[in-house]
Amino acid sequence: MLEIKNLHANINGKEILKGLDLVVRPGEIHAIMGPNGAGKSTLASVLTGNQAFEVTHGDITFYGKNLLELSPEDRSREGIFLSFQYPVEIPGVSMVNFLRAALNEHRKYKNLEPLSATDFLRVMREKKALVEMDNKLANRAVNEGFSGGEKKRNEIFQMAMLEPRLAILDETDSGLDIDALRIVANGVNKLKSPDNASIVITHYQRLLDYIIPDFVHVLYDGRIVKSGGKELALELEERGYDWIKKEVEETV
Amino acid sequence: MSEVLLDQVTQADYKYGFTTDIETDIIPIGLSEDVVRLISAKKKEPEWMLEFRLKAYRHWLTMKIPTWAQLDIPDIDFQSIAYYAAPRKNAPQNLDEVDPELLKTFDKLGISMEEQKMLSGVAVDVVMDSISVKTTFKDSLAEMGIIFCSFSEAVEHHPDLVQKYMSSVVPVSDNFFATLNSAVFSDGSFVYIPKGVRCPMELSTYFRINAINTGQFERTLIIADEDSYVSYLEGCTAPMRDENQLHAAIVEIVALKNAEVKYSTVQNWYPGDKTGKGGVYNFVTKRGICKGDSSRISWTQVETGSAITWKYPSCILLGDNSSAEFYSVAVTNHHQQADTGTKMLHIGKNTTSHILSKGISAGFSQNSYRGLVRINPKADNARNFSQCDSLLLSDKCGAHTFPYMEVSNESAIVEHEATTSKINEDQIFYCNQRGISTEDAVGLIVNGYAKEVLNKLPMEFAVEAQKLLQITLEGSVG
Repeated sequence: MLEIKNLHANINGKEILKGLDLVVRPGEIHAIMGPNGAGKSTLASVLTGNQAFEVTHGDITFYGKNLLELSPEDRSREGIFLSFQYPVEIPGVSMVNFLRAALNEHRKYKNLEPLSATDFLRVMREKKALVEMDNKLANRAVNEGFSGGEKKRNEIFQMAMLEPRLAILDETDSGLDIDALRIVANGVNKLKSPDNASIVITHYQRLLDYIIPDFVHVLYDGRIVKSGGKELALELEERGYDWIKKEVEETV
Repeated sequence: MSEVLLDQVTQADYKYGFTTDIETDIIPIGLSEDVVRLISAKKKEPEWMLEFRLKAYRHWLTMKIPTWAQLDIPDIDFQSIAYYAAPRKNAPQNLDEVDPELLKTFDKLGISMEEQKMLSGVAVDVVMDSISVKTTFKDSLAEMGIIFCSFSEAVEHHPDLVQKYMSSVVPVSDNFFATLNSAVFSDGSFVYIPKGVRCPMELSTYFRINAINTGQFERTLIIADEDSYVSYLEGCTAPMRDENQLHAAIVEIVALKNAEVKYSTVQNWYPGDKTGKGGVYNFVTKRGICKGDSSRISWTQVETGSAITWKYPSCILLGDNSSAEFYSVAVTNHHQQADTGTKMLHIGKNTTSHILSKGISAGFSQNSYRGLVRINPKADNARNFSQCDSLLLSDKCGAHTFPYMEVSNESAIVEHEATTSKINEDQIFYCNQRGISTEDAVGLIVNGYAKEVLNKLPMEFAVEAQKLLQITLEGSVG
């Protein structure tokens, strides 16, 4: 579904991604790991069309479409979802209004009628249960006054509502205690299907105890320098990233 | 983020720019004692009304246009304005008699009188240019003793009430524009709610400025007798014009013992084009008096239009235990200028006032909050809370806050909070990532920001106001 070829990207003139390749097929979970500053979050931003980043070289196709030509909102409507590392607060905008606007935009894109208020609320109830989302959170303004854990859970709730084909989880585990981590991971696992895929960006192996990846990639200095199965994550947990850095430097 | 996007969002054209081709009866331009007499004669006014106008006119000649506001006001040639224009046909008794052209205009504005009558139970007193064209529901209101009619009709049929209360809140010599209005006012609305009556529906007026170079000088007087209640809505849209148009209205509210008046405005007059050409100059004096004990007045305004807005809906808290509220959203875009706020004058004991102002500036606009809270020496236990927030949507606009506090009683508690924030690119991207376009995202964010005020509006107005906020800011995120 997703094919990234030789991707180069800058922010403020500084090159962060330096020739990244990645192929994701339906049903797969890919973990992207790597030290700070490797370009993990940049990858998430570029995939979702954040205009702070400039793509200087390379291609990204999503189900055959050139992703780089699509606006951020159209990428979302095509089924790419980002669980933000730092979800923003939008004071005064209720979760209900926000999600209803989002969901109906997605439906419009697919030439479907907007959901009626009743149907929408029914869907919302179902998805809330799925990700163990507190009723009171769903009735508040978008992320306003949410704790770090609540914000992350809210991201997964939105993911459940929008049913993406490709979900990108950017450091979703950061700032979560172990219970919240379990709830978030359960949500992700429940939403998994043979038709959708996930890219899980994380620092630590911890999350991967709950979300079992099919592939683990190590991102270092703007490139994927090592790929493997889930055991690679365990090895990284044990040995850190230094040996990878060394390997890379030796090949150079 | 992309200024380009922001620009796109704010560059939308004024959607209500059209003029209605109705025969209009305009008197020659310019202002003189003869013109004042002519206006009064055309309206077949009694002698006392003419005297009132002449007194105002003579005083106005001694006055100068105020310059203290944070506004760049071009020279206005008061001799190049026509002071009276009325649709020529006689005032109709029902919709069938209303000029079809006029009805079409209302359709374009989305004000279907029929629909409003049927669906929302709003009685509409439509002021087209200077004469009240149509009043609905008057009869059913009359059964309860409620008077809701044009100001001219009130002068004719209820002279005692008019003489007793007109200019009792805004004196003839109050300010340059109020005095001008007193001399040449054309028409407006009059409301009287008798003792103990709760007005069962929202009373509503739509104003429009239509004829070229016609100043519009509306005058509204609302009297709520003891233990009564009324909610009054005023909505405004004006067609597109190149010439700047002057509007100087007066609204007076009198709340007697234990009465409550809610006054809501949505103002969407032509703001001028993207370069700052044209647009309405809106110099309005709105003031209410909580005259009786335990009376309450609240002003809610959503100001999105006009090239220049100079407007301070205020309250005099005379009665003991009276309370007043001011809720405002003022949006400026392109080259609009707004200097708006309120005055809360605490005179009675145990009086409370609450001010909530939300300013939104985009483009090259200037948006100021100006508010005065005055606690008189005898106003024991007065309480005020003011909150003034500003939201900036571009880096070329301005937001200013001028709070004045004059506290002469030690028992008073006066609080003021102010914040300024800029619309956040991360918020917009977050919405984009969920499939919401930038334009809709700005609409959502701005409506969220203004929500506390919008929630104060009656339901049918709140929806319109939300749309207006978004329309006004189309093409402006940046």
